[in-house]
Amino acid sequence: MERHFDEELKDLHKYILKMAALAQEAIFKSVESLKNRDKAQAQAVIDADSKVDELELIIDERCIDLIARYQPMAGDLRFITTGMKINAELERIADLAVDISQRVLEIADKPLLKPLIDIPKLSIIAQNMVGDSIDSFIKKDTELARKVLYSDSEADNLRNLVQKELINDYMLKDVKSADRAVPLLLIARHLERICDHSTNIAEDVIYMLSAKVVKHHPEKLEDKNNGLI
Amino acid sequence: MEKIVTKNLNLWYGSFHALKNVNSIFEANKITAIIGPSGCGKSTLLRTFNRMNDLIEGVRTTGEILIDGTNALDLHADMVVLRKKVGMVFQRPNPFPLSIYENIVFGQRVHTNSIKRDLLDKIVEDSLKSVLLWTELKDRLNMPALRLSLEQRQRLCIARLIAVKPDILLMDEPCSTLDPQATARIEELMRELKNNYSIIIVTHNMQQAARVSDDAGFMLLGELVEFGKTEDIFTRPKDKRTEDYITGRYG
Repeated sequence: MERHFDEELKDLHKYILKMAALAQEAIFKSVESLKNRDKAQAQAVIDADSKVDELELIIDERCIDLIARYQPMAGDLRFITTGMKINAELERIADLAVDISQRVLEIADKPLLKPLIDIPKLSIIAQNMVGDSIDSFIKKDTELARKVLYSDSEADNLRNLVQKELINDYMLKDVKSADRAVPLLLIARHLERICDHSTNIAEDVIYMLSAKVVKHHPEKLEDKNNGLI
Repeated sequence: MEKIVTKNLNLWYGSFHALKNVNSIFEANKITAIIGPSGCGKSTLLRTFNRMNDLIEGVRTTGEILIDGTNALDLHADMVVLRKKVGMVFQRPNPFPLSIYENIVFGQRVHTNSIKRDLLDKIVEDSLKSVLLWTELKDRLNMPALRLSLEQRQRLCIARLIAVKPDILLMDEPCSTLDPQATARIEELMRELKNNYSIIIVTHNMQQAARVSDDAGFMLLGELVEFGKTEDIFTRPKDKRTEDYITGRYG
């Protein structure tokens, strides 16, 4: 039986997808601005963040409104509560894109400390993880969500590599390099945090689809018997 | 602790198979809700526990209903003892056209030939206290019960049950005629009562089942489709039929 509630849930789904598109666009543009040392593009990411903030509030309000009016149960309840959490994760991802853009503004006019190799690799992993986590939500695909969770260690390793290189090969050898090295260090950190938020989204998607809490319980990921319905 | 255990319970009204192989465990000192669409057999199941269906012509029951280990379906079961142990609250409060006092002691008078007045007074006071009516009614005990509000009448009916010291309270849609405030107060009362009684409630109100029960079972077409902890049934049901029903997709 088609319910009026289904229309409302579809609307909420559309809003979350819009939020996801804005967050993905913010990361993409911030990474591009870093590659091209493009201050205008970095600034554009910072300016666009207010739209993301506005949408976050709209989605939260919608979710609260649906809970109050429909008192959802089971899969509906999990969809709405997961929607609220994903909304918050996407907003944080967009904020981190703003942070990256701010670092770009700090270094854009200075000579490049070193050719960027690992940071672009990390940025690709971050964008893929965010993309896959959102796709797992759209396609209701727990396998894809699991793939996101398994990708996180790669991001952590790359972040550590960047950190080690910048500290050992540059900052410790030449203190004056710090003002160019620290922003790069932070960018690696921001990208790695973006990956963390996408793993949160993936964990939320697994909960939404299978009612299984894998957050803080990585061992449950191995248990494939998670199809509820 | 297990209070009621049903094993392969089947019931027919003539040729209509109303309960199909119901296997379930109702725990002591818990509130268990039975939910399901109209005609699914939930009231029938409830009424098997004190064999009220026996009053309907053409009823045939097979299987076992173990209440504290004793089969209530045993042909030699003492109905008076069973119905004293397993009391029922109905959808519409049904006080007798007697005084408040006489409603509460009615069961005592049935079960005991002569009983002293001060003992009856004590039973009335204790029973009304346990349904939180004593303070408001203690000076009006001789008032006709039919002059009470619907909520008060429903509380009185619960007090009337409690007076005969049952173990199990069966409640068939006990709040369906009450407004939201009265419903909330009856639900609070149920939470109080579960400390001393095992409660089984049949309700169409999904939110009520979710709010008030510890365990819940979903019935469909005479079958107990799913039974488990209420939080699991309402957030992560295992059976698609349960999911469809509690999210309003059934039908």
